[in-house]
Amino acid sequence: MQVNEYKPLIVAFCCNWCSYAGADLAGNNRLSYPDNVKIIRVPCSCRVNPMFVLRAFQRGADGVILCGCHPGDCHYTSGNYYTRRRMALLFSMLDYLGIERERTRVEWCSAAEGAKFAQTMNEFTEAVAALGENKRLEDLRCKE
Amino acid sequence: MQRIGVFVCWCGTNIAGTVDVKRVAEALKNEPGVVYSDNYQYMCSQAGQDMIKNAIHEYKLTGVVVCSCSPRMHETTFRKTAAAAGLNPYMVEIANIREQCSWVHKDMEAGTEKAIILGRAAIAKLNLNTPLTAGETPVTKRALVIGGGIAGIQTALDIADAGFKVDIVEKKPTIGGKMAQLDKTFPTLDCAACILTPKMVDVGQHENIRIFSYSEVTDVKGFVGNFDVTIKRKARFVKEDVCTGCGLCMEKCPMKKVPNEFNLGLDNRTAIYIPFAQAVPKVATIDPNYCIMKKTGKCGLCSTVCTVGAIDYNQQDEIIEEKYGAIVVATGFNPISMDKFDEYAYSQSKDVVTSLEFERLMNAAGPTQGTLLRPSDGKHPHTLVFVQCVGSRCEACAEKGKEYCSKICCMYTAKHAMLVRDKYPDTEVYVFYIDVRTPGKNFDEFYRRAVEEYGVHYIKGMVGKVAPEGDKLMVQASDLLDNKQLHIAADMVILAAAIEPDESARSLATMLTASMDTNDFFTEAHPKLRPVESPTAGIYLSGACQGPKDIPDTVAQAGAAASKVIGLLVKDKLTGNPCVAESNELMCNGCSACEKVCPYGAITYVDKEFRMPDRTTRVRRVAQVNPAVCQGCGACTVACPSGAMDLKGFATSQIMAEVDAICK
Ligand SMILES: Cc1cc2nc3c(=O)[nH]c(=O)nc-3n(C[C@H](O)[C@H](O)[C@H](O)COP(=O)(O)OP(=O)(O)OC[C@H]3O[C@@H](n4cnc5c(N)ncnc54)[C@H](O)[C@@H]3O)c2cc1C
Ligand code: FES
Repeated sequence: MQVNEYKPLIVAFCCNWCSYAGADLAGNNRLSYPDNVKIIRVPCSCRVNPMFVLRAFQRGADGVILCGCHPGDCHYTSGNYYTRRRMALLFSMLDYLGIERERTRVEWCSAAEGAKFAQTMNEFTEAVAALGENKRLEDLRCKE
Repeated sequence: MQRIGVFVCWCGTNIAGTVDVKRVAEALKNEPGVVYSDNYQYMCSQAGQDMIKNAIHEYKLTGVVVCSCSPRMHETTFRKTAAAAGLNPYMVEIANIREQCSWVHKDMEAGTEKAIILGRAAIAKLNLNTPLTAGETPVTKRALVIGGGIAGIQTALDIADAGFKVDIVEKKPTIGGKMAQLDKTFPTLDCAACILTPKMVDVGQHENIRIFSYSEVTDVKGFVGNFDVTIKRKARFVKEDVCTGCGLCMEKCPMKKVPNEFNLGLDNRTAIYIPFAQAVPKVATIDPNYCIMKKTGKCGLCSTVCTVGAIDYNQQDEIIEEKYGAIVVATGFNPISMDKFDEYAYSQSKDVVTSLEFERLMNAAGPTQGTLLRPSDGKHPHTLVFVQCVGSRCEACAEKGKEYCSKICCMYTAKHAMLVRDKYPDTEVYVFYIDVRTPGKNFDEFYRRAVEEYGVHYIKGMVGKVAPEGDKLMVQASDLLDNKQLHIAADMVILAAAIEPDESARSLATMLTASMDTNDFFTEAHPKLRPVESPTAGIYLSGACQGPKDIPDTVAQAGAAASKVIGLLVKDKLTGNPCVAESNELMCNGCSACEKVCPYGAITYVDKEFRMPDRTTRVRRVAQVNPAVCQGCGACTVACPSGAMDLKGFATSQIMAEVDAICK
C-alpha cells in the first residue's frame, strides 16, 4: 500500500557492456521499473569515481546504485573488482556520515539479465522510498 | 559555446506511445546551447537522417543530441550521419528514451518527464564534448579457431579458402567433435563419417590451416585485430611430424584395458592410441595415466616396434605464442551427466544408455561393429524404450537438469527409433515424450515417417521409474493421452540426455572477456541481428557453444562466423576507439597509481621538461597513455589521486554534468 506519493530520485551508473545492455533487455522485454530511476552510461563500473556518487547525493539524489558485469566477466577483465573495493570503502564512509546503507548499492547484472535488472531497480527504489528523502548530504547552496 | 541540435524520435508508437515527443522537443529548446529542436517519426530512416544533416548545415550545429532508442542500437548510425554532414562523429550524444524510458514506463506524464530529463543530461554532456579522432592499428591476418568439431572445421575451411591463415586449437588428440561419433544423421540419414571425414582431410591438407590438436588456449591478451594468444601443446609423447599413424604400436601395446572415451567407455583401448581410424591428425598419443613405461619406467615396447622412431617418452608440454586478428569460439557441447537421474537406473544397469552411447552401439565402427547388442550380455534386444527430455525443460529439477530445450533430441530419437526398426523389424520401440518438436526443413516429415512407416510407438508421458529385474528393465510410465499407467518390460532403455556447453567454456569466456548466459552458453552481440559475433570485438561464435544446435544450423552459423572474420581480416587497418584515457602532464606527479590498475599495460612513464614560472626548467616523471593499447575502461581515472587522468568521451566533467542535469 502506497501511503504517500513520495518518489525518491535514483541515479544508476551502468557499465556499457553488461548492465546497460541488461537495462536495454529489460526494455526489449517491456519489464517495467519505476521512472524515478535515471541511468548514466559509463564504459565500465570502474569508471565511477566516488566523486560522482557524492555529487549525486549532494545534488539531491536519494539513492545511488552502480551496476557492473558479474565478477570475472568485466569486459576489461578486472574493473569490477576495483569497483567492489572502492565502493565498499565509500559506502561505509557514507554510512558514517548518515547516508544509510540502503541508499547505496553495487549490483552485478549481465547483458542477459533484463529481468534481474528490472527486479533490482524495483527493490532498490522500494528500499530507498522506505527511508524517505535524503537530507544529509544535500548542498544547501544548490537550492534556489 | 556549442550550437546544439536536438532530434526527438517517435519510433512510430514505440516512443510516441508513452512519451509526448512534441513536449520533449519543446522543453529541450530552452536548454543551454540548444539552437534547434525538433521531432520526427523515424530519426534513423533516410528522411530522418537527412533532417539531421540539413539542420547541421542550416543552423551551423556543432553537436547533435538524438533522443531515440539505445545508443547500442543506433549510435553508429547517427555518428555516420553527423560525419556525412561534416561534423565530428563524436559530437553526437544519444538519450535512450526507448529501451530505458518508453518501453519500461506506462504513464505518459511520467514517461515524458523522464525523457526530458534524459535529454537534458545528454545536452549537458554534449556541451562539454570535444571532437575526437580515432587512431589506427594494423590487423594481424591470421585467425584462431578454438574447438575442432564440425563448427570449427567449417569455419576454418571457409576462412582458409578465402586466403587467410587459420589455426585450429583442439583439446582432444583429433578434430571431429561429436559428429565423428554419430552413426547416421537426420533428416537425410546419410552417414556422419561419410560427410565429415572428407572435410577433416581437407582441413589436414589445407595449406592455410594448422591444427594444434591435444592443445589448449591458456592465455589471451590484446584486442580485436591484435590478440596475443598462448597455446599449450600437451605432450603426447609421440613426435607428431614423425609418426605415420601406421598403428603398429597399438597392436603391440600390452596395456589394453583403458576405457575408450571415443566409444564412451563401452569398450577398451590401448595406452598408446589413435582415437579412430579417420583421425586428423592421424598420430598416436600415449596416455600417461595408463602407459606402463610412463608409470614404472619398464616396457618401451611401442618405441621398439615403431619403425620411424616417433616415440619420445620424455617429451614435454610445449608453449607457443601466436598473434591473431580474430578468434572464433567453437567449443561445442556435451551431454549432461546422468549421475543425478537415479530414477532411470543409469548407474545400476549397463543396458540403460545415453543417446550418444547408442550412436556408438549402432555405428559400424563402434564397439559392436554396428550390430545392436545389449551391453550387459551381448544379446539382441527386442523391446527398446526411448526417454526424451532427460534433464531438458526441467524447471522443477533445475538442480540436476536444465531449464531449456536441448533442441536436437526429438530429432535424433526419431532417427534412432527409425534405424532400429529398419534394421531389426522384430523389435518393439517405444518413445516417451513431453512434446515432439520438429521445426526444421523436412523435420516433421521425418518424424511422421518414424510413426507411420516404421511403426514406432510414440507415447505422450514421462517415465517415472526404471527398475532392473532379472535381465529385464521394468519401465513404469504414464500415458497422458489415454490417462493410464504403463508397465513395459524392456531390454534396453535409451536416455536423451540434455546437452550443456563444454566444461571449459566458462574459463575460456573469462580469458576472452566474452559474455555468457546463465547456462554458460556464449552470448551473441544481438539475438537477431548479430548472431555470430560476441559482444567483445574480434570474438566470434560458431556452433553449439552458442546454444543447442543440429548440424545444418551449426554449419550455417560456422559459415556466417567465417564471413565475419574474413570481413575483418581483409582490412589492413582498424580504426580504434578514440575514447581512451589521457593524462594531463601538468597535473601528473608520476606516482604510478594509474599504471598499477591498468589491465592492459597501456601506461608508461617519461621524463618531461617543464618550464617553471621563474624561467628555470625542471625534469619530472609523468604518465603517458598509449592510445593504441588503451581500451578506455577508465580504471586509471579513478585511481589517479591528483585528477590528472581523464577519459575522452566519458570525462569526469561530462559525467558530473550528467549527474547535475539528472538531479536538478
Ligand atoms: C546423440 C546425438 C545425436 C545427434 N544426431 C544428430 C543428427 O543426426 N543430425 C544432426 O544434424 N545433428 C545431430 N546431433 C547434433 C550434433 O552433434 C551437433 O550439432 C554438432 O556436433 C555441433 O558441432 P560443434 O562443432 O558445435 O560441437 P562439438 O561437436 O561438440 O565440437 C566441439 C569441439 O571442440 C572441442 N573443444 C571443446 N572445448 C575446447 C577447448 N577449450 N579448447 C579446445 N577445444 C575444445 C571439443 O573437443 C570438440 O572437438 C546429435 C547430437 C547428439 C548428442
Ligand atoms: S565492463 Fe562491466 S564492470 Fe567492467
